[in-house]
Amino acid sequence: MKSAAQQAMNGNRTGIQTAPELAEELIEGAKGAPPSSEGGIEDIAEYRGEYITEGYPIGSMPMLPVSEEAEAEEEEVGMAVLLDKLSERLAFERMGTRLYEALLNKVEMLGESEPGPTLEDIEHIGSEELEHFLLLNRTIEDLGGDPTVQSPCADVAGVASMGIMQVLTDPRTSLPQCLQAILTAELTDNAGWELLIKLADNLGQEEMKAEFEEALAHEEEHLQNVRAWLSECVLEAAEV
Amino acid sequence: MTLDIFKEKGTPLDKQLFTWRDLVKAPTSKLDDDAFTRVRIILMNGLESDAVRFSHATARMMNGDMRLPLAKVRRVEHHQQTMVNWLLPADLSPLETTIGFEQVAIEVTASVALREPDDYMAQVYRFGLLEDFDHLYRFSALMDRVGGGDANNIIQNYTDIMPGRPTSEEHRAPEDDLREHYVSAQADPLTKIHAITITASENQTHDYYMTIGPMFADPIARQLYAEIASIEEQHVTQYGSLVDPNESPLEKWLLHEAMEVYNYYGCMMYETNPRVKEIWERFCNYELGHLHMVMELFQQMERRDPAEILPQTLPEPIDYQSHREFVRETLNNEVDLRASGTQFTHKDDEADRSPLSIAYREQMNSEGSPSETIAAGYTWTPGTELVQKKSAFAKGASA
Repeated sequence: MKSAAQQAMNGNRTGIQTAPELAEELIEGAKGAPPSSEGGIEDIAEYRGEYITEGYPIGSMPMLPVSEEAEAEEEEVGMAVLLDKLSERLAFERMGTRLYEALLNKVEMLGESEPGPTLEDIEHIGSEELEHFLLLNRTIEDLGGDPTVQSPCADVAGVASMGIMQVLTDPRTSLPQCLQAILTAELTDNAGWELLIKLADNLGQEEMKAEFEEALAHEEEHLQNVRAWLSECVLEAAEV
Repeated sequence: MTLDIFKEKGTPLDKQLFTWRDLVKAPTSKLDDDAFTRVRIILMNGLESDAVRFSHATARMMNGDMRLPLAKVRRVEHHQQTMVNWLLPADLSPLETTIGFEQVAIEVTASVALREPDDYMAQVYRFGLLEDFDHLYRFSALMDRVGGGDANNIIQNYTDIMPGRPTSEEHRAPEDDLREHYVSAQADPLTKIHAITITASENQTHDYYMTIGPMFADPIARQLYAEIASIEEQHVTQYGSLVDPNESPLEKWLLHEAMEVYNYYGCMMYETNPRVKEIWERFCNYELGHLHMVMELFQQMERRDPAEILPQTLPEPIDYQSHREFVRETLNNEVDLRASGTQFTHKDDEADRSPLSIAYREQMNSEGSPSETIAAGYTWTPGTELVQKKSAFAKGASA
């Protein structure tokens, strides 16, 4: 049964079929009006190109920690990349914890549903996201880095995932809509851990690699579950 | 309109109360609400924003007696603005909101131009209208080409998306942006209400673009917002100069409150969303409360009768509907008008009559024109121009 709020809605008005006569006038008008300048999207590329060639970066890493073990310059370069990507993962896991808190709130209010995650499922994943965040904190500290730094990759990852939190915290979004957004996060997260493992391996960080493989195993399970819940919810809604 | 603003006292100021929960209601739906509901929200946010702006500016220039009443009303106006602006939903992006702002500038200004009793003022509104009309086209191109979105999802077929007076030609020297002002003692009250309404609305548009412009990553978007915000600044200059500077601050305040009553009442008459309609009704009563408080101050402090300034009943409200035919007719007849001092001239005469504007424009456009670049060869198409593109990454949108 529809809620009072749902019943108040008149249906989606964004398409041209909402008002065919008005749409026809709009289309006919647009077609009949020549653009004020010739050219195409290639002109936009020139604008972008000018700024790209100026070469200003998003930002940089802080001065590298002085490490007695980092004897060669290549090692320092590798360490800088590792710290940047560790910071990215840390920021993502920290956000991930908050994402699952928001999901938990939503399911608590809407009530558990079948199909869909139980409150326990959500708490379980959220706890593992927190564990990963804390693991990354320790890892960065052990390397002599500063876990409170927002590295360039962490910053960019934050920009890339800005919409995910918007979806989760919007009171109007449904459980499947939230799961769809979380799927984006989990897919990225899985690929992120895979990359970190490869990087740690190539830099000879054996212990780190082993810990990260354990984290990846958790993330694979998160991904599998989120994918399944979403799929089941959508198929159920379609009654197929 | 039959609202008798002398008889209707509205809600007394001390009964105009809010809570944080009350201020932040469930927002409207970007997808399901009528585009004109959004138009009204954006307009009324702009008017309340101007109420606060006006009140601060006045307080800075007034003696002690006025400071407290201004502060009391200002606090309520601020919260009214909050409640109204927070009706916009979180899924409405800054660029989508921009499209909404331009729809306001087109449809509301068109209605004002049609209703305006003074021919010169009506001409000024039609002049500005064709510029905002062009902005909608440029921002639609930006939405399509940088965001992969269709502006018609926001405007819902009501408003045309095509070039107006090209934005690149709208840049003028300040000497050509000032207009003649109405004369308070002779002007129709509707003329005054129109001038304050449109000035307020354009001021908020300017401030909004100046706030969100830096949020875009793409250099073309950043430049386009910089360019169009500059035109909005010109528009605030133009419309603000229509208001008689000889009115006393209290007279201006009285008119501002009357303007707010007029506009909330108009919103109330047209609103299709019952939840939003309740807010318009509530705030119409709040504004009547403010108006009566200022009437009393006007009587006490200036020893003048508010009936000298205000009409007994309010004029017909802004017409919240598509003005496509009027806009097209205006476009057809007046797109080649340019400003020369406080008057208008054909673009062929601009070089002789407005040399300062020509020089200013050439300077501003000398390293390229973002508004021309974003819309180079652009024709709005339902579902975006990609619908007609045959292969990705071929040169040109229709390739």
